[in-house]
Amino acid sequence: MATFLGINLFGLFGQLLVGLINGSFYALLSLGLAIIFGLLKIINFAQGAMYMLGAFAAWMALNYLGINYWLALILVPLAVGAAGILMERLLIRPIAKEDHLYSLLLTFGIALMLQGMFTHVFGSSGMAYAIPEALQGGIKLPFMYLPTYRAWIVVASILVCGATWWMIEKTRLGAYLRAGTENAQLMQAFGINVPLMVTLTFGFGVGLAGFAGVMAAPVYSVSPDMGSNLLIIVFAIVVIGGMGSIGGAILTGLGMGIVEGLTKYFYPEASSTVIFLVMVIVLLLKPAGLFGKEA
Amino acid sequence: MSTSGREKIRISDLHAFYGESHILHGIDLSIHQGELVTLLGRNGSGRSTTLRAIMGMVGRRSGSIMVNGSETLNLAPHRIAHLGLGYCPEERGIFSSLNVEENLMLPPAVRSDGMSVEELYEMFPNLYERRFSQGTRLSGGEQQMLALARILRTGANILLLDEITEGLAPVIVQKLAQVLLKLKERGLTILLVEQNFRFAAPIADRHYVMEHGHIVEEVHAHELEAKTDLLNTYLGV
Repeated sequence: MATFLGINLFGLFGQLLVGLINGSFYALLSLGLAIIFGLLKIINFAQGAMYMLGAFAAWMALNYLGINYWLALILVPLAVGAAGILMERLLIRPIAKEDHLYSLLLTFGIALMLQGMFTHVFGSSGMAYAIPEALQGGIKLPFMYLPTYRAWIVVASILVCGATWWMIEKTRLGAYLRAGTENAQLMQAFGINVPLMVTLTFGFGVGLAGFAGVMAAPVYSVSPDMGSNLLIIVFAIVVIGGMGSIGGAILTGLGMGIVEGLTKYFYPEASSTVIFLVMVIVLLLKPAGLFGKEA
Repeated sequence: MSTSGREKIRISDLHAFYGESHILHGIDLSIHQGELVTLLGRNGSGRSTTLRAIMGMVGRRSGSIMVNGSETLNLAPHRIAHLGLGYCPEERGIFSSLNVEENLMLPPAVRSDGMSVEELYEMFPNLYERRFSQGTRLSGGEQQMLALARILRTGANILLLDEITEGLAPVIVQKLAQVLLKLKERGLTILLVEQNFRFAAPIADRHYVMEHGHIVEEVHAHELEAKTDLLNTYLGV
């Protein structure tokens, strides 16, 4: 067994990989939350349900329609994004002018309803989704065994997060989004269709959760409560990173996954609470979050 | 009243509200092509609200606001600018998450013959030098230049400018006066909310004086001397 200074390297790298994979999902989900919060100023409690919806949509697409993983990876985020667009137009828009607490409660209600519906139809035990053929197997590295699909999760989510970051920070479309986040009314006066931008942004943020759901289907069991379990941690991560920071959401997501993985190795008892501990410390030292701007 | 040139803005019986507050109480005014018209008055008299009402940025409006011959009262706010309007808010509205060049390029073109970026950098060389700085890192004067340059690039030919000289050094105020005269020569129409009467008097064609959400006086440039006392009473200078 490979050891270094008494540390079991197989175990350590194994937990690091698990952490990185969890972190990939944290990053995708908190990125979507951050984008939506930036422009709409609402906290989308349904983000976890949209992630669950993405996983179920992939499962149903495969089992009912014969749509394979790769096609689902493109179609499901679009479908979940479209569901988000409907949700924004029909439910959130009518109360957008009220206190944001109402839309928070609304999205929470939507999450509970979706979760309840899926539990009613599919039960809560969870369903399996096979790893696509091309990504089965793994690579034997000197210090660990790396399953191909797990490597793919990390690479794909970093690519998607990176592309999203680039689009928001470096393109003209992203400049609209950043400016709209700061002063939507002035953007409107410049002749930019802000309501449309809000709808598309919500659809995109929710679509990211749908993408994460498809990615998750082969590694976690597809179950109605998969989103609510994850979302609590993702909220803590958003608080740690700082609300509304795009790069912050991505880095904190990945970072906290790694922190969680390391804790699992060195002190497993604390692994499920370490993120909340970090949250408390960050809130005490830097209330706006690691990457947030002080108001 | 000047009748030369086309009417670019005609406002009739405009009332505007923020929530329950009734701010404008029946405004009538008109501006012709190539005119530079000011809205004078004390703070809170409704001058900024008049500009915001034109841009659709108030809670509720009634009456009529014609821009280039089209009624805008029932137009979605994001369509109003596309009638050729460029708005420069009192707080300048420079975006801190965008650099200078991104700020400059942000507003979409509303007409086809806007000034080119090269022309604007020539007019405001400081902006070129600092084009990669964060927008809000600029000095107040530079931010004002940027706010102005930003709407000139869109091709807007009716400019609504809110307190553009506020808090700026005299030499920058002078530069702004030159720029406005240059724009007027190009045939642009300008509605200026201004506190600094000494800045506005030499460059404006007409002045409307506002008080408590009403227009209480209209003064043509050639009447200024005769009506100085009256203006002093209204403006409290």
